[in-house]
Order: sequence, then structure tokens, then C-alpha cells
Amino acid sequence: MEIHVEVNHKPLVWKVNPGEILLDVLRREGYKSVKFGCGQGDCGACTVLIDGQSMRSCLLLAGQVEGRSITTVESLGNHDDAHPLQSSFVECGAVQCGYCTPGMLLSSKALLDENPEPDEDQVREALDGNLCRCTGYKKIIEAVLRAAERMRS
Amino acid sequence: MSRKRSFSVVGRSVLKKDGLSLAQGAPLFCEDLLPRGCLYARVLRSPHAHARITAIDSSVAESMEGVHAVLHHGNVPRVMRTTAGQGAPEPSPYDFTTFDNKVRFVGDRVAAVAAETPQLAAEALGRIKVEYELLEPVLDPRLAMQPGAPRIHDEPDAKVVIPVPYEPQKNMAAHVDMQIGDIERALDDADFKIEREYECQYAQHTPIEPHCALAEPLADGRIRITTSTQVPFHVRRIVAQALEVPVSRIHVVKPRIGGGFGAKQEVLIEDLSAFLAMRSRRPVFLRLSRSEEFLSRTRHSMIVRLRTGVDKDGSLKAVDLDVLANTGAYGAHGLTVTCNCGSKVLPLYRWPVIRFSADVVYTNLPVAGAYRGYGATQAAFAMEIQMDEMARSIGMDPVDFRLANHVRRGETSPVFAALGEGGEGTPQSIGSIGLKKCIREGARAIGWKRRRSRGKGPLRRGLGMVCLMQGSSIPQVDMGAASIKMNEDGSFNLLVGATDIGTGSDTVLAQIAAEVLGVEADKVLVTSSDTDVTPFDVGAYASSTTYLSGEAVRKAALDVAGQIRKVASEMLGGAPKAIRLENGRALASDGKAVLLSEVALRSLYEIDQHQIGAMASHITRKSPPPFSAHFAEVEVDIQTGMVKVLKYVAAVDCGTAINPVLAEGQIEGAVVNGLSYALCEEFIFNDKGKLRNDSFRDYKIFCTRDLPQIETILVPTYETSGPYGAKSVSEICINGPLPVISNAIFDALGVRLRRAPYTPERVLAAIREGSKDLVE
Repeated sequence: MEIHVEVNHKPLVWKVNPGEILLDVLRREGYKSVKFGCGQGDCGACTVLIDGQSMRSCLLLAGQVEGRSITTVESLGNHDDAHPLQSSFVECGAVQCGYCTPGMLLSSKALLDENPEPDEDQVREALDGNLCRCTGYKKIIEAVLRAAERMRS
Repeated sequence: MSRKRSFSVVGRSVLKKDGLSLAQGAPLFCEDLLPRGCLYARVLRSPHAHARITAIDSSVAESMEGVHAVLHHGNVPRVMRTTAGQGAPEPSPYDFTTFDNKVRFVGDRVAAVAAETPQLAAEALGRIKVEYELLEPVLDPRLAMQPGAPRIHDEPDAKVVIPVPYEPQKNMAAHVDMQIGDIERALDDADFKIEREYECQYAQHTPIEPHCALAEPLADGRIRITTSTQVPFHVRRIVAQALEVPVSRIHVVKPRIGGGFGAKQEVLIEDLSAFLAMRSRRPVFLRLSRSEEFLSRTRHSMIVRLRTGVDKDGSLKAVDLDVLANTGAYGAHGLTVTCNCGSKVLPLYRWPVIRFSADVVYTNLPVAGAYRGYGATQAAFAMEIQMDEMARSIGMDPVDFRLANHVRRGETSPVFAALGEGGEGTPQSIGSIGLKKCIREGARAIGWKRRRSRGKGPLRRGLGMVCLMQGSSIPQVDMGAASIKMNEDGSFNLLVGATDIGTGSDTVLAQIAAEVLGVEADKVLVTSSDTDVTPFDVGAYASSTTYLSGEAVRKAALDVAGQIRKVASEMLGGAPKAIRLENGRALASDGKAVLLSEVALRSLYEIDQHQIGAMASHITRKSPPPFSAHFAEVEVDIQTGMVKVLKYVAAVDCGTAINPVLAEGQIEGAVVNGLSYALCEEFIFNDKGKLRNDSFRDYKIFCTRDLPQIETILVPTYETSGPYGAKSVSEICINGPLPVISNAIFDALGVRLRRAPYTPERVLAAIREGSKDLVE
């Protein structure tokens, strides 16, 4: 079947099988920032934004995103023009192995898009579904708060 | 080495080299690198805890269109070996082969398939017919060595390759014994003798990236393996062993790794990818599912019996540490993890009389292996709870009790010489120790001395503290090497075998080279862990990289610096020795300077042309312990049994923190992993030995909401045997939470928890059992 989606503001037409998982299709189409961690919606490594909402791409069929707008980390920024979340993650030491990082960044972005001035508890709540085994989360929470501050000023 | 304490690059939190690439989601992990035409592998796993395979028929699976290879014990050579990624010859028993005609735990390998799609591979697994003869399983480690227990390793070719105790006929995978002094007499003579049993549980590392490996057959007959590993050079050696090919046929590449924590210090899947690639002549990718990951490798569950004697004046008289370690179905890391129960815990205090003995037993349960902390976690759990109990039994403050008894600088412990990695150890005396300061600063941060109420209603509060040590590398065993070459713009290529698994070692090693060469860290371009390209290194384990590989880097950089000085002296005049390297320049004593790029241009293009470059190796003669004091405040709801950690303080002496932010990251990550282990992580088996909670839904690990307030305090010391005074930092802090939370719960309730994790059910049961002395 054919589906029409917008990925990182780019309109696309994908040929997919009806049973195909969105995570697999995204990775096949080159969006490698979207990671497999558990395949059961528990770890958040496959997080993408769908119409701005943080979602687990391993729990969605590709067919379910017909006509929707998907955001992946590929759209955030690059070496010369990093998104404040990306640079604050690096500065604060919030990136260790980096495998959970794309999901963390997108959940953080969804939060900041909706609430540019979150307190620590709101950050914790927003990142609750993204598991990280390296950092102990402290520096990730700091990074989100720092990015929020930087984006406000 | 010089004891220069002011550095220009070392000690600064320079940005992690791969940080921004990872934050862009760049395709840097194994699964991001699959070539066109790649096949997908799946593994058929045993549904039984203990069974003999009497027949296996893979003909239907093999005939399926799109299935390219099927492996099982009938068509793969039997080569006994270990999966443990350790130096050769390994101290782990050779009790494993690619496929056996026997299965020894639920999840053991039976067959493997490579097919065009993952779905097809899974379907093919379902078409393999296997007949099993069920055998009685051993599911309780306490019964494993009982006479008449079913024998798990009855194959005649299981063996050890170094002289260590191994009696598979008794289900004994390893045994450790050491004694210093007359233990019974010393215990009898002590004013107080305490004897307790502790039990800590199975747990899994849960790296967010599961184990995965891509094997590609190359046109020249070699096989390139890109794998999520902590030990690329051990992977090369062990895969060559399994495939019965020379090491030169195997090329191992380590991409970025999505966390390891010990689980990936094991050659668990690379042999299968490589075999399947060889048979199918196609690239083959194998990635474990999350449920398979839970059964990959685990922490050794242990029963620790501890007898200690202490006098009224607070002096320690004797310790008897007795460990029963469950290694599961195979013995990988069993001996060495268990040795560490003694060698990384007993030297912390000044015990005049010591006994340590341990049995490592086979069971038909998931296989244990290396897990951050590596045996120290389990033994420190027992020791630090008992230290608390001893202090209270003589009416001494637990802080003062530890201050009085911990090892001092210049002192040694007979344990260092007696216990090594399977054999005798290496004597060493303590060269650097900041433990006193860790204890004092930690106590201040938590408010140890403040007047406080333990609460009267259902919510009770308490404080706990513990002290910890670990090591830095395996002395006389581990080797790390580095090479450096200079480029024409004054940058350098640093090639290391050392394996950055997310820890930031590429960055730390670049800082060490940059410090020597007088440049910024970004002028040092790091290539790590490619067995065709970089020099050897044992890999990322035993808290070794900064201390061991860092010193190899420093040596190579010193050699390169000498070569730069020589060229610079030709340009500037004067003796090479008089030239300093700083800010990307070579400076003569008269103030004249040349840029390093000018030195490089001259050496590469102009006069007496040569490549400025060097290689160096390093082995260590000691394993200097980092030290740490942890403090925690908990709030326990005595109606529900819920334990909430309010505040956690970790004060750590890791020598010089080469990169403080990265060092803090190691500490915080280890603390939270340890808290998660202490409060919620455990394996739940059914009565047939099958793991019931093999998903993140049923096996809870800490998330952002569970996080207490954490304060990290770095207490600098200077370890003269390490690069710029550095020791290790990666493992030590995972050992704290298990005992410190138990001690804090005792402070709150007067109830001791000696079995982890401290779930509400267990806390409530302990309250019911111990409520009579709630007022203690």
C-alpha cells in the first residue's frame, strides 16, 4: 500500500506492507536516528514526534500515520547549527552512549514546544517513558532545563 | 613521573568528542551500518531448563525459499571454549561450544537461521523439529553441590585451561580459598561476634542497545565483524577459535556502542553471525530481542555468609567471608567475579585475621557474567551492612567506626597478594587515598550530625552510609597500546585499541595526549578499536581504560613530543630538551617559537623527511583502588513498605578526574543503576526455571520519576602510577546503593534488610518480623 506522510517537513510517499511497523519503515527510509530498544513500547528509544506529540514508533503501523507529520532528530540541527537541546545535552554530559539520546531529545522538544518554562518535575514527567542506563538521568534533566532557558533568552 | 598538578587540558570538562554526532542521531551504531543484501539471523532457544537433544531435523527450514543457512550441533564443529571476553588463556572454564547436544537453561542455543527477512528467519525457526529428552534441572544454587544432584556439565571435554579448581562432576564451576591467621580463635576472642547471611539477586544490565553483530564475508576470504562489543580484540580471537580459522581471517570493527556494563564483555553472538555469513556467503546481521537480552548475561546471584569479630573499642578482629555464587548454566567469569568478592572488599578495612572461601556453582538458570562492580557489588552489600551492625553493637557512630578502621596510605592488605584473577594476586600498597575526606564531605552534605526526627506517623526517615573501593585494571594481565602520528596542520591521529562504549574514553584519552603535546583536545583525532587498524587493547572492563590505556597514550605522546622537540630545535636552535610544547607551538627558552604545523610541514615535506609518530604499550604493576563514601536519606512508609530515597550523596576519590563532567556521569550512572538494583530489579522464575519478567514492563528499571536528589563530590588525589594522577571511576559507585539503602532503612525502622531488592513486600515482611525491636 501507499501512504502519504510528511517527514521533517518533507512530503513523501511510501510503499509499505500493511503489517509494517513505523520504526522499521523509518529506518529503511534512512531515518537511522530512530532506534530499536525493546519493540514493546517500553524504552522510548524509537520515539518520534507525530504532529508534535511524542510517540513510540515501534507500536505504530506505518499505515496509521497516513497524512500525519513526523519529526525525527535528523531535523533538529547539525554540527554548525545545533539545536539548543542538542548543544545543551553535549555540554551538560547528558550524552553517554547516545543510543537513547534521539528519543530523549524528541520527548524534550515536545515538552518545550508546549511548555517553554518547565520546572524540574515537569521535565521528569515528560521524559518518564525514555529509559537511559548510562547517565542516571541527572544530567539529562539539567540539559533540558538549560536548553529551555537558552531558548527563552 | 612528574607531579605537575596544574594542567591545561587534563582536569577540564572538554566536550565529549562524539557527543554532537550522537545528538544528531548520526548512523554510528551497528544496526545503522547494514549493507545491501544483508540477511537477518534468528536463534532457536531451548524451552527446557535441562534436556538432551535426541534429534534435530532442519531439512524443512533449509528448503524454504529465502533461507540461506541453518546451523545446529549436527553441522557446526565442536570447539570447547568460553564466551568470556578475557585475556588468553582465560580463567573461565571451557564449558561452551557453538551448539551442543544438550541444553542447560531456558533460552540456551539450539539452532540459528539466516534468511532474507527477520520474519522469514523467525518462521524458519518454527520449522526446525527438535526432540528433547528432559533431564531433572538444578534450580536452587544451595542444592547444586549436594550429593546426587543432577550433573549439568557431563560432557567429557569441559575443562579449564589454567590450573584452577574445577569439578563439573559436582556442579562446581570454580572454588576460592584463602586464609590469613587463625579465624576461629580470633572470632572467639572478639568482644562481639556477628554472623549473618545475605542474599542478592539476579539482574540484567539492560543496555538500551541490545547485543548485535554484523558479519560480512569479504572478497579476499576474510570476514569483517562490526559488533556491539566491549572487547573487540577478544572477539577476534574467540571467533577465530570457534570458526577454526586463523585470527588473520577475522577483522573486528567497533562502531559506537549503546551501553555495555559488562554484558558486552562476552562473545555471545559474533560466532553465530560469522558462521552464518561464512555458510551463506552473504552479510548477516543478528540482534537480540529484548527478551533474549534479558537472558544474555546477568549479574551473579549470591548467598554471602559473613562472620565478623569486633572489640568494644572499635577495633576489627577477624572476618570470614563465605560466598555461594550462582554462575548459571555456564561458568563465564564465575571464578574471577567471585575472586573480586574478596579482593575488592576485604582490603578496605584493617582486618588482622581473614578467611575467604567461595564455591561457584552451575545451575540450570540464566548465565551470569561480568556486570559493573564484578563481585564487589555483592560482597560490599554484605560487608557494609555488617559494618553498620558492628558499629551499632559497640555503640559507635558508623562514620567514626569507618574512619577508625579504613586502610591508610602506605598500608597494604595481604589480600592483594593472595587473590588475583584466578590465581595469586599482586602485592601492592595504597599509594593514594582520599577516603577520609570523602567520608567527611559526604557526611556534611547529607547532614549526618544534624538533629533529626525519625518521624512518628507512617512515614519514617533514616540515614545510612557506606564506604567502597574497587580497582583500576588487572595488574600484570591487562595490556593497552596506543599509537600517535602527526599531521601537517599540527593535528594528531591517536589510534587506540581501548574501547569507548559510551563512557567517553575516546575523549579522555585525547585529553591525555593533548596535555603532553601542548594542544587542545580537538587537535587529537581518535580512532578506536579496529583490529586491523589500531594497536591492541584488552578492552573496556575491569575499570581499566583511563588508568591503563591512558598511560599507554601518555607514553606514546611523550615519544612524539620528543620527536617534535628534535625538529623544533633544528628550527629554533638550542637543545631539544629546552623546548616546551604549549598552545600548539614549540617554544625555545629564549622565547622564540614555531607552530606545530610548521614542525609537521618541515618533517613531512621539507628537510630530513619523516613521519613523526610513535607507538607505546602499557601494563600495570598495581591496581590502585578508587575509594568512595556514599550517604543516603530514605523515607519509608511503614503501612505500604514503600522506600523512597530522598537524597543520595556519592563522594569519590578517583585520583585526578581527567574530565570531571564525564567522571560525574560515570558516578551518577552507576549510582542510579545501583539504586534500581537495590529497590526494584530482580528475576522472577517459574518452577521450571523460565524467566517470567523478561520485558521492561515486568522488569522495572529506574526512570526519571524515580530519581532522588543526587549530589556528586569529586575528592581529588594524585595516583603517581596513573596518567596525570588518575585512577578509575566507572564501576565503584554501583556498589553503594544496595548496602546504604539497607542501612538507612535500619536507621529509620530498626529493621535489617539482608535480601535485595527492597520491594514493598519485602520491607513489610521485615517490619512484621522485626517489629519487636523497632525501637532499637
